[in-house]
Amino acid sequence: MADIDIAAGGWTSEASRENVRRRRRGELWLKAAGLVAITIAFAMLLTLLASLVITGFRAFTQTHVTLQVTLPPGDETPSFRAATRGAIEALFEGADEAQKREASRILSSGAQYIIESHVAANPDLIGQTFSIRVPVSDPYDQLAKGLIDRETPEALRRVSDAGIAAFDRLSEAGLISRPFNTALFVNADSRFPELAGLKGAIIGSFYALLTCFLISFPIGIGAAIYLEEFARKNRLSDFIEININNLAAVPSVVFGLLALAVFLNWFGLPRGAPFVGGLTLALMTLPTIIIATRAALKAVPPSIREAALGVGASKQQVVFHHVLPLAMPGILTGTIIGLAQALGETAPLLLIGMNAFITAAPSTPFDSATALPTQIFIWADSPERGFVSRTSAAILVLLGFLVLMNALAIYLRNRFERRW
Amino acid sequence: MEDLRLTERLVGTDEVKIQARGVNVYYGESHAIKDVDVDILDKTVTAFIGPSGCGKSTFLRCLNRMNDTIDNCRVTGSIRLDGQDIYDRSVDPVQLRAQVGMVFQKPNPFPKSIYDNVAYGPRIHGLARSKADLDEIVEKSLRRAALWNEAKDRLDQPGTGLSGGQQQRLCIARAIATSPEVLLMDEPCSALDPIATAQVEELIDELRANFSVVIVTHSMQQAARVSQRTAFFHLGNLVEYGETGQVFTNPRDPRTESYITGRIG
Amino acid sequence: MMEGKVPSEQHILSAFDRDLEAVQALIMKMGGLVEAAIIDAATSLEMRDEELAERVRKEDRQIDELEELVNEEAARVIALRAPTASDLRVLLSVLKISTNLERIGDYAKNLAKRTSVLVQMAPVGDSGGALRRMAKAVAEMLKDALDSYATRDAELAMDVRIRDRDVDQMYNALFREFLTHMMEDPRNITACMHLHFIAKNLERMGDHVTSIAEQVIYVVTGHLPEESRPKGDRTSLVTDGEEDE
Repeated sequence: MADIDIAAGGWTSEASRENVRRRRRGELWLKAAGLVAITIAFAMLLTLLASLVITGFRAFTQTHVTLQVTLPPGDETPSFRAATRGAIEALFEGADEAQKREASRILSSGAQYIIESHVAANPDLIGQTFSIRVPVSDPYDQLAKGLIDRETPEALRRVSDAGIAAFDRLSEAGLISRPFNTALFVNADSRFPELAGLKGAIIGSFYALLTCFLISFPIGIGAAIYLEEFARKNRLSDFIEININNLAAVPSVVFGLLALAVFLNWFGLPRGAPFVGGLTLALMTLPTIIIATRAALKAVPPSIREAALGVGASKQQVVFHHVLPLAMPGILTGTIIGLAQALGETAPLLLIGMNAFITAAPSTPFDSATALPTQIFIWADSPERGFVSRTSAAILVLLGFLVLMNALAIYLRNRFERRW
Repeated sequence: MEDLRLTERLVGTDEVKIQARGVNVYYGESHAIKDVDVDILDKTVTAFIGPSGCGKSTFLRCLNRMNDTIDNCRVTGSIRLDGQDIYDRSVDPVQLRAQVGMVFQKPNPFPKSIYDNVAYGPRIHGLARSKADLDEIVEKSLRRAALWNEAKDRLDQPGTGLSGGQQQRLCIARAIATSPEVLLMDEPCSALDPIATAQVEELIDELRANFSVVIVTHSMQQAARVSQRTAFFHLGNLVEYGETGQVFTNPRDPRTESYITGRIG
Repeated sequence: MMEGKVPSEQHILSAFDRDLEAVQALIMKMGGLVEAAIIDAATSLEMRDEELAERVRKEDRQIDELEELVNEEAARVIALRAPTASDLRVLLSVLKISTNLERIGDYAKNLAKRTSVLVQMAPVGDSGGALRRMAKAVAEMLKDALDSYATRDAELAMDVRIRDRDVDQMYNALFREFLTHMMEDPRNITACMHLHFIAKNLERMGDHVTSIAEQVIYVVTGHLPEESRPKGDRTSLVTDGEEDE
């Protein structure tokens, strides 16, 4: 065989060595660039999470004050307002007038309703004196959490010197506590940050996602099965495929406008209802599910279809006995990721009015409600200081649900793909 | 003088199982099979050999109308199974495929239990009246596929957990569970190691007692080993069809000679 | 039927075993026919039984047909089964053994043909008995060679190979005897020439049997025996009736 001139002088020449050095430098560069990119991405994620946690973690506790409430005996409809007032005033016997005046402001304005519902649950308490923990109002909560600087001049802070003195008195008496803020999960929205919770939003989001799932899952799978297994490949099917892919890329606000025009104005469905929100989200999720399902169906090896056809299974039997069960983990994963995306979607829900101020959790999907992202939007807009940390807390809750759903998707994929 | 010829040369019967006349297959514009006439005998292993793209697999897939699932495939001519034209309107292709079983190149058991793999065909065609019936069909099929002894204690385990050769025998068991009359095999050993190949070949030889077996193979040696009849396809034509020993020791057509001696590809 | 040093395990493809057995069964059948032909031909000579001689001549055709069949089947098995190693040796040996057997059959036929001629003449001495003993020795050798083939017994084959020397010596003795008869009385020359050819044919048969035995050794061990075969035929060195030992 004739010799071939390699790099003008063979593998050992200087030119060849230089070539190797250049190649190694190039590879090193690529590695370094990748490392930098990942570091930046991680740093951003950490910054986001850290800022959320730093501002949000305080909202997971709430300052409470323990009161001794006395209800006069024999009175079936006692004045809880008076009883609450009496209870707080009793704590300030002998204090100066300024402190007494501020004392009632320490309590949350919802305190009397909390006592009322507590008594309603335990009717034997009438005519007795009992101890109960009620939340303090937002400024004092902030004070307790150290968010109000006592060194600030009185005129510039939201609590007066007398108020601080009164709060410290309670604190010294050991009546102030800061338990876990269950209100955040069991209460619906409120004007008062110390009473505001996410229950309405969580249930609203749940109903919306349920509606979204029930509509987009069967329709999406049906469409995908038809396109993948039955439709002939021609221009029409290509056109449909392109449009489904385009649909997935349409901005969500457009779906919101569409839903506003069609579901609310034309069909006259109730405004702000999770059901309508679910319909809107279904429109958005549908392309995602169709694409994920088609990919999952495509991933089922043709040999399985041939095997089933070979023993005399009909097309429909092939799909439902073999292909669909095998594709299910992939379909479920895609669906859950689509739903997770829908869970975080805000714009279309704002347009159909799921950002109303509603203080009760919806009992059906047709009641007006908020959803988690719109609740975050509302709180972020609220002026009260207490909502700042609650907004972050709500975001953390939302992220928690997203992580949970993605974890479920991963679990399903690993659990069922193993038998493949 | 008594006939001392080797038994392997003998074909059990002269009965024609499948009679193909003037079969042409087109994929869109391309003419894949050109006017093929062939008589496939009952209780005989018939091998289709030929270079890649010669149409042997295509022709095999005509025999159970597997080509129907391909969009632009068109078949003309007549193929008769026991005298009945299988391309007749009255014939249901799905049912035909249960009568003409097929085993594929790559072992493709369903990702289900061994039992369910074999029971699937009988179930969807309602061949078993009771669980006991089904058990019997499964056992019989596995026995015929020479897999019973290896599989009887693990019927509930996934078929995909078997070795390659066992998987292919499972696929054969699955194909014969619907009591077909003809068994089509599309390169059944190309994904198997030599030992598993020999086992499947031995099984094919045993199946000959009950079925008409048609096997497509790339390996001329395999055709020589397992078949009694060999058909040589070239460029969509059936060049030669005859007794396997004759085809391999004294082919009549020069193209066959060139192919089996390794002179043309 | 496969024993000894041949792998006792069967082929996974049992049809291959059946093919190999069938071809070897043909050899055995052929061997049996040839053995009978040798004995019958010698008996017909001794008993001056023209009818038996006639039958031997006719039956040779069967042997020829068998040889053709063996060759055909062996070729077929080689073509279809692509034999290797011991299987290949078996099939190669089958081809050679069938040729040897066919040759032996031809010699037997020739013997019977000469018998038909000799019956017309006056008997010369008691050579008939000696020839029959020689034929018997050859037939025994053949039987043992075939047995060693069936049982893959290289020892026995080796023994057969050595026994060929006895046959050669018998031939030497007969050669001298016929020479003497011919010198005694020129009228004996025709008969003695025939008888000599018969003896020579028997000696050649022995050589073919030896060759079969060598094939057995080849099948079993994979190579032919190296040391040269003991030879007892020294007539090629005889000059003018005098023998130099």
